[in-house]
Amino acid sequence: MPVDYLKETPSQTAGPYVHIGALPSVAGLPVRTQEQLHVVAGAASAGERIRLEGIVLDGSGAPVKDAVLEIWQADGTGRYNAPGFFGWGRAAADFKTGEWFFETVKPGATPWRDGRMQAPHISVLIFARGINIHLHTRAYFSDEAEANAADPVLRAIEQRHRVDTLIAERGARGGQIVYRFEIRLQDDAQETVFFDM
Amino acid sequence: MSGGDFVRRDRAWHPPAFTPQYKTSVLRSPRRALLSLEQSVGEKTGPVFTPDRLDPLDNDLLANFQTGGSPIGERIILHGRVLDEFARPVPNTLIEIWQANAAGRYRHVNDGYLAPLDPHFGGCGRALTDGEGRYHFRTVKPGPYPWRNNGSDWRAAHIHVSVFGEAFAQRLVTQLYFEGDPLIPLCPIVNTIPDPLAIDLLIARLDMGEMVPFDCLAYRFDVVLRGRRSTWFENRPEGN
Ligand SMILES: [Fe+3]
Repeated sequence: MPVDYLKETPSQTAGPYVHIGALPSVAGLPVRTQEQLHVVAGAASAGERIRLEGIVLDGSGAPVKDAVLEIWQADGTGRYNAPGFFGWGRAAADFKTGEWFFETVKPGATPWRDGRMQAPHISVLIFARGINIHLHTRAYFSDEAEANAADPVLRAIEQRHRVDTLIAERGARGGQIVYRFEIRLQDDAQETVFFDM
Repeated sequence: MSGGDFVRRDRAWHPPAFTPQYKTSVLRSPRRALLSLEQSVGEKTGPVFTPDRLDPLDNDLLANFQTGGSPIGERIILHGRVLDEFARPVPNTLIEIWQANAAGRYRHVNDGYLAPLDPHFGGCGRALTDGEGRYHFRTVKPGPYPWRNNGSDWRAAHIHVSVFGEAFAQRLVTQLYFEGDPLIPLCPIVNTIPDPLAIDLLIARLDMGEMVPFDCLAYRFDVVLRGRRSTWFENRPEGN
């Protein structure tokens, strides 16, 4: 008999009413302390100000309007838990359109296990009704082609066309840098790469 | 970076993504295998929530809707510990809960169930675990509710629970159920979990030792997050 450990508590879907606990004002409850969780960058945060936005699509191409996303990232210099930068955020898809967004900074490169650098990226978790255990992906940046080509995680993707599913496209709107990141939960050709870590 | 990697997640123990008896999962489940990712700094760190981010009544759902009145329903203390797979307590971590009221109705703009809202109940709570990983909430026991799945399926009474742990790799969202509820074996969402032993871990137990006389019953629910291995001989270039 191998050594016994405790078993991890099993996951269950966050359900359609996740907003009550995660983002109460979205559910229609009064706003409470620290409610603007989609605003990740503060005045003291190091890095280029960006808007990360997108949509989550289901296997029929329909927007997932009840999705809640969480992000975790380094600051503009590549430090996690850096002073002046919380690095974590949470946003809800719009109930009418399914669009979501974060106001944050573009992260710097962070080290891989062997000391090589990883391309700048933001880790993304997706919670929704019908998702039994949260999905984990990464948003990389379209203007970092060289770093992306050397990134140890992107290089581990065997079907090379699927690398594109992890690249957020850089653009601009109203003087703001906007990266668009579309997440396909289920798709024959361009299903987003999700991780088991 | 202190400590090694987190123990791999036993995906056969968790519900699979595709569970057709829970119809919404059919179009929301990836078809491709997950890509195995070795953990680096971003997976082994996570947000540090401090007490100043919380309000004083956040863990008291009997009072935090702040109407001055008391909600209808069975008053309960919900308490337990957050541990890791090596039975080590997880201190100072954020635990969030949300739930329906005693009639099974959510205070949510999208919930149209005919059962009434309770004017004194919001259904949202959060707390930080203490140094030994303990947490507690005060609330009412939620009611079961019907939902559009296989005709009118009924959810077993449940409270949604979200826990962060010390690192991104430990993130977990789940639901707890109540000991003795006859709807548990009938619930399609409970039954997305393949192993009855795993389902058993989601059942909060009546805890008469912690009940408050002439006030509240108590239920105990412990949460186990992924454990962090020791670092014996491995190179950790990111840490030194
Ligand atoms: Fe629910």
